[in-house]
Amino acid sequence: MAKNDNGNNNEKVNVSILNDTILEHQKQARTDHMQYLDDMEIINSDIQDRVIERMKAYTPENFTKSDVLKALSHDICTPSDFEALLSPAAGFFLEDIAKKARKAKERYFGNSINIFTPLYLANYCENYCIYCGFNCYNKINRAKLNPDQIKKEMEHIAASGLEEVLLLTGESRKASDVEYIGQACRIARQYFKVVGLEVYPLNSDEYNYLHRCGADYVTVFQETYNSDKYETLHLKGHKRVFPYRFNTQERAVIGGMRGVGFAALLGLDDFRKDALATGYHAYLIQKKYPHAEIALSCPRLRPIINNDKINPMDVHEAQLLQVVCAYRIFMPFASITISTRECARVRDNMIKIAATKISAGVSVGIGEHLGDETKKGDEQFEISDTRSVDEVYNAIIELRLWPVMSDYIYV
Amino acid sequence: MNTKEEACAGVKDGSVQKKNADDFLELGGRRFNSRFILGSGKYSLDLIEAAVRCGGAEIITLALRRANAGGKANILEYIPKDITLLPNTSGARNADEAVRIARLSREIGCGDFVKIEIMRDSKYLLPDNAETVKASAILADEGFIVLPYMYPDLNTARDLVEAGAAAIMPLGAPIGSNKGLCTKEFIKIIIDEVDLPVIVDAGIGRPSQACEAMEMGAAAVMANTAIATAGDILMMAEAFKKGIEAGRSAYLAGIGRVREHGGEASSPLTGFLHE
Repeated sequence: MAKNDNGNNNEKVNVSILNDTILEHQKQARTDHMQYLDDMEIINSDIQDRVIERMKAYTPENFTKSDVLKALSHDICTPSDFEALLSPAAGFFLEDIAKKARKAKERYFGNSINIFTPLYLANYCENYCIYCGFNCYNKINRAKLNPDQIKKEMEHIAASGLEEVLLLTGESRKASDVEYIGQACRIARQYFKVVGLEVYPLNSDEYNYLHRCGADYVTVFQETYNSDKYETLHLKGHKRVFPYRFNTQERAVIGGMRGVGFAALLGLDDFRKDALATGYHAYLIQKKYPHAEIALSCPRLRPIINNDKINPMDVHEAQLLQVVCAYRIFMPFASITISTRECARVRDNMIKIAATKISAGVSVGIGEHLGDETKKGDEQFEISDTRSVDEVYNAIIELRLWPVMSDYIYV
Repeated sequence: MNTKEEACAGVKDGSVQKKNADDFLELGGRRFNSRFILGSGKYSLDLIEAAVRCGGAEIITLALRRANAGGKANILEYIPKDITLLPNTSGARNADEAVRIARLSREIGCGDFVKIEIMRDSKYLLPDNAETVKASAILADEGFIVLPYMYPDLNTARDLVEAGAAAIMPLGAPIGSNKGLCTKEFIKIIIDEVDLPVIVDAGIGRPSQACEAMEMGAAAVMANTAIATAGDILMMAEAFKKGIEAGRSAYLAGIGRVREHGGEASSPLTGFLHE
């Protein structure tokens, strides 16, 4: 059993992330990752404690085949059924699980599949997340689109027929402040019906401001719910503060956002525990705020610039499918996005079975939608599915599903 | 009660057919021959026209948030022009949002019909009755033909009548569940007590359940998921049409009573009155 420098048990280490520099950096003294910084809003919530407690108590190996069969026979999936579906024992019933997931998806979504694209506004980042291409020590080309460039990129994206855009920045409040993001939201509202955000975590009043600028969905990935592991992966920056990141979705809902998205980056730690925590986190938020729309993503680790070896360790395609199906059965009403981190074959099959949302015409660099000549900043990770909007649109129809460009009204 | 001869005579002289032909669903002063309201949005848009035809539907619901006027995959382009649109306010979490969505619907040319759907629960999608009453009053005042989706509660149904609704749309079971008439007793009460058409809205999973709702005296049945998730969408649309028509005919014919104990008591309790 490996031990990290804080002396914590660190059972699963994804060595593909590590190199000599990172190992050196991991030895240096670091701030307390459980302590809020001065500018961070603290809300009154017990959700973090409940999620962590449940995750700690979860021993995937203790679930038997009969627990899995019981879970499959239930009409409503309880948290403990969800645990069974994520267990190694459930691996034996993957076909049955996929069938149940597809049924659940059909009940809530019929054959509709939502299409969107991410737009990276900037890749400046103040965090040091050792697996991420944007991390502040990774030597990449940095850039930030100005309003005119944002407009041009959006015009280009909108011409492809897309109605939903997800705005992303690197996590730098200095380089991409809240007003800048608000300005981007206002421009986006002119071109798109649905505007989502995947930016650094904010306080609830800032979410309220961005909601008024036109955004209605907020996604923040917790990456891993194991705070001891979290601290060894996020060595510097605001992101290092685990509880502030954890409570992001709740602050966004308090700020008036309609929907919130959750994810663990699969491959950083024990993926079964991380998936359990992700689903249970979303479950408790929905329970506390029944009107909130819930979205889940299921990203696996990908290679980045300056480290092409990064891989998701033991999360193979079968495990990914198991996680996505378990999410679907546990939260049949949730939107589940399948990222371009996965190849076309996996993505197409995922939307057939359990996922309901897919990106298309994706570029994860800065200013890249208009072509390589206009590209200003480097990518966050290597994408695997490079299909255009039309290609994805047609692939969906070939699968006898139906592409939905907008399912939303800003009110 | 018709004797066998009378019924046959009716078939011969055409009065039975005439009776069916005179049987309209009336909503907001408009008459419809079909009592099947078809949902859209859970199946491929290029099947809508065929589903409408196979189901004989004259009204189709449409989530306004799906309408993508001028854009790609715009549902409005797939709906035949002779079909009445029933736009819904899904996505509204309170009366105010429902009112805004309804007004938007009218602005983009979706007509005066509106199905009010207000949900503040993203999990079970159960309607919020109190907010629904509020929105119904405002929209009826603005001249909309208001069809509120509601949880079958008699008091709310009466409030909706008061608010100016054109029909009441109680749910049979949670939306998309295909579980049938779980709320049967309560829908019956509303049918008995409320003079507006009662349209059973959510949860109907099979033609037999649609038939049962119609036998009870429902004015129409709306179905979406049951059709969308069928192996053959068009055949299921047709099956629903038949189920609904059968139920309606049975209702008009007057259902015979069920004899619980297989016959009349040989010495009736009231026999002494004749002694």
